[in-house]
Amino acid sequence: MSVVLRVEGLSKRFGGFTALQSVDLQVSARERLGLIGPNGSGKTTLINCISGALYNDTGRIVFEGHEITRLPPYKRARLGIARSFQIPKPFRSMTVLENLRIPLEYAAWSRAEHRRITDEAMHVLETIGLEDLANKNSGDLTQVDMRKLELARALAAKPKVLVSDEAMAGLSGAEVDEIIDILLALNKTGVAVIMIEHIMRAVMKFSERVAVLDAGQKIADGDPQSVIADPEVQRAYLGE
Amino acid sequence: MRNLVSPFWVSAVVVLAAGLAFTELAANEYYFTAAYLILQALIMAVAWNILGGFTGYVNFGSAGFFAAGAYTSIALDKALGLPLPLLIVAGALVSGLIGLGVGYLTLRLRGVYFAIATLALAIVLETFVSNWTYVGGARGAFILTPENHLWFSSYVHMLFMLMLILAVASVAISRKLNFSRLGRGLAAIRDDEIAAECAGVPTLRLKLVSTTIMGAMMGVAGAPYPFFVTYVEPISAFNLFVAVNAIAMPMIGGTAHWLGPVVGALLVGSLQEIIKVNISSEINILLVGIMLVLFISLAPQGIVGLVQKHLRKRSA
Repeated sequence: MSVVLRVEGLSKRFGGFTALQSVDLQVSARERLGLIGPNGSGKTTLINCISGALYNDTGRIVFEGHEITRLPPYKRARLGIARSFQIPKPFRSMTVLENLRIPLEYAAWSRAEHRRITDEAMHVLETIGLEDLANKNSGDLTQVDMRKLELARALAAKPKVLVSDEAMAGLSGAEVDEIIDILLALNKTGVAVIMIEHIMRAVMKFSERVAVLDAGQKIADGDPQSVIADPEVQRAYLGE
Repeated sequence: MRNLVSPFWVSAVVVLAAGLAFTELAANEYYFTAAYLILQALIMAVAWNILGGFTGYVNFGSAGFFAAGAYTSIALDKALGLPLPLLIVAGALVSGLIGLGVGYLTLRLRGVYFAIATLALAIVLETFVSNWTYVGGARGAFILTPENHLWFSSYVHMLFMLMLILAVASVAISRKLNFSRLGRGLAAIRDDEIAAECAGVPTLRLKLVSTTIMGAMMGVAGAPYPFFVTYVEPISAFNLFVAVNAIAMPMIGGTAHWLGPVVGALLVGSLQEIIKVNISSEINILLVGIMLVLFISLAPQGIVGLVQKHLRKRSA
């Protein structure tokens, strides 16, 4: 399978604290990658560097053969990297449907049918299961619907890689299954998904491959069963 | 088939025709002076709202952009004797460029820090003008009212009509922006800048467009001012009251909708004129302060926001 996103030797420091230390990571087209690690291990910093919200100090990020290490976030979104936020960030003055207009009209502008933006937005809402809330104010949604809106907005950018940052934290068991089903359905449409998650049940059910970060370094990368059997991974999670 | 003549353009033509009829019918010059001041405040409020309301960046330095337009007029009138329409274009260019420059230097600042930076800009410009003797420095400059006032019976009549056209044009631009792809991008920035950027919105570029349009519109409001008052000095041109009105009117009318600053400016501006004439010119400043406090604490969405909420409740 072709590599769509490649991270090479990525490091990021905040003052004296090393958040990431020469991390290498590859994502193939249509792949489902789980990214796990204890709190503070650098998962969110890594995806902030991938989406461009933070610039890395050293290392390269290559997307579909083009180096994007110094591109601003909006250009990466236009190329096809979309993300959801751990703490939902809806455009609160807009309805759910209007929220999707923004990525359709900006990130996906070159790939969208300009006269049918509303239809396209509605189509995305149907995929996610939010169509009944299309005209509701986005600030009034419940937690689980806000997480879905995050995913819907990321999907409306028509990405090739979707990064889902703890979309399930704090949700009930049934709601977790709902989000997993949505992510699986998105993956079927040809989008590579990087799922950052603490809920191991979700990670094991979803991922084809799992990478583990601990204290800013990648300590394991492989098929899910062998990764969780790895003694180093168990030490990182459970201590000695 | 799409409706070719929208209600907005019909009302715009009606307003302009009424203004023209007004210049033929009304005799008392005072009405034109008062109307000119209200329209000037309206353009300032509409301009402020493009950055403050649509984009979510509060500008305290409106008086600086206004005065930059006024002093561009004074300098070019003295140097080249250009006709008023060209002076307005020049004022728009100069203030628009200042808007672009200020935006580039300060838009990395957020919230209150951006507001302080714009206030500093107004002070820097005022100091600069106070020491620029060509335009009168701190003493001020006299401007002779031109002889030519077209077919109007006096120069003030013509200035009133000019201001009415400029005001309608500003409102049309603001309305167009409000419902455009660009306007939706600005609203996304106002709601959440990081989420907007990750949705593909080029936030820096859009903010610069926003500060430039705001600056240019304020320059347009300021350019005819010297010919209206005939004597300009820095303290009156950089008047804090201009900046306060530019903030208060959209806040009272409602900032999210293009109609907000229009409603706010017409309401507050008219009240100010009535109080100025009938009670005292000091009380009208107090009035703005009280109204601003009341609206911010009780109805932060403004008059238009209140009406929209009411209509939504009715339809639901």
